[in-house]
Amino acid sequence: MGFVDFFRKKSSGSVAKDRLKLVLVSDRANCSPELMEQMKNDIINVISKYMEIDMEGLDIKISQTEVDGSDMPVPALFANIPIRDMHGNKKSE
Amino acid sequence: MGEVIVVTSGKGGVGKTTTTANVGTGLAKLGKKVVLIDTDIGLRNLDVVMGLENRIVYNLVDVIEGNCRIKQALIKDKRNENLYLLPSAQTKDKSAVNPEQMRKLADQLKEEFDYILMDCPAGIEQGFQNAIAGADSALVVTTPEVSAVRDADRIIGLLEANEMKQTHLIVNRLRNQMVKDNNMMSSDDVVEILGVDLIGVVPDDEQIIVATNNGEPLVGTDALAGQAYMNICRRLLGEEVPLLDLNSKHGILSKIGSFFKKN
Repeated sequence: MGFVDFFRKKSSGSVAKDRLKLVLVSDRANCSPELMEQMKNDIINVISKYMEIDMEGLDIKISQTEVDGSDMPVPALFANIPIRDMHGNKKSE
Repeated sequence: MGEVIVVTSGKGGVGKTTTTANVGTGLAKLGKKVVLIDTDIGLRNLDVVMGLENRIVYNLVDVIEGNCRIKQALIKDKRNENLYLLPSAQTKDKSAVNPEQMRKLADQLKEEFDYILMDCPAGIEQGFQNAIAGADSALVVTTPEVSAVRDADRIIGLLEANEMKQTHLIVNRLRNQMVKDNNMMSSDDVVEILGVDLIGVVPDDEQIIVATNNGEPLVGTDALAGQAYMNICRRLLGEEVPLLDLNSKHGILSKIGSFFKKN
């Protein structure tokens, strides 16, 4: 662990809380890691038809978001999909 | 007509049996007639925590199977006239009893006792279904740890699915100094995540171990955990009792107190 990391490190109490929130969102949604993996692959397949994406940098997760008219955060699917080439087709790799 | 309360947690080792013993003893000290039922068939525990292990003649399975009358199986507590224990069987397994039989037993006991406390086994299988069958309300015990809170969330979901009328949360084994150092989730954090009403916070207290060694619940003593348990009992009886100050100056608990005043 680097010197800078040491100061950046979150306290273990808040790490616990964040991890717990995430694990409960998927527990409550009844969404297994296998299901997430399948969904991720399907999303990749669909988007790859239209543009070239960075598979390595791709990140899909269930998280929480605020919505208007409710105090409670709701589960949300976050997908961070870096694009390599907007007009690229798969053959140009 | 008495009230049946199930003490449950999902995860093992978070303090269900200790909570059952202390809350039951506390309610009896407050003048209520109480019976504690150990529903963990095959893993009898509540008797040793209560210090009544040498007095067992009949057990829960004997009552269910009709080998004895309920009164014959009830063990009167050493210290309290109002308190009784129905011990679990050590040599049978969970399939010896079904939820319908537990509901009937609870209904019979309700006529004689003010409170019937069911000490639930860990897990979510038949033992859990047996313990919650006749219950009017639930006390969910958790510690401020990721694994325990996760299991508590699952249990709360199952209690809702089983149409439990009321569910209260006890955060057990809180270490105030660690919460202050941000190295443990606070009871606020746990309540926020689980979204159920908090009925008490019990500090991690070495005296609990001493009390269990001696087979004497410490509710009502000066020990912090003893005070915390007595406060839970008073709240169960409808009294408004502020959360115990685990830290005389601006502690995390005073924040929790103000959090609950808002709601």
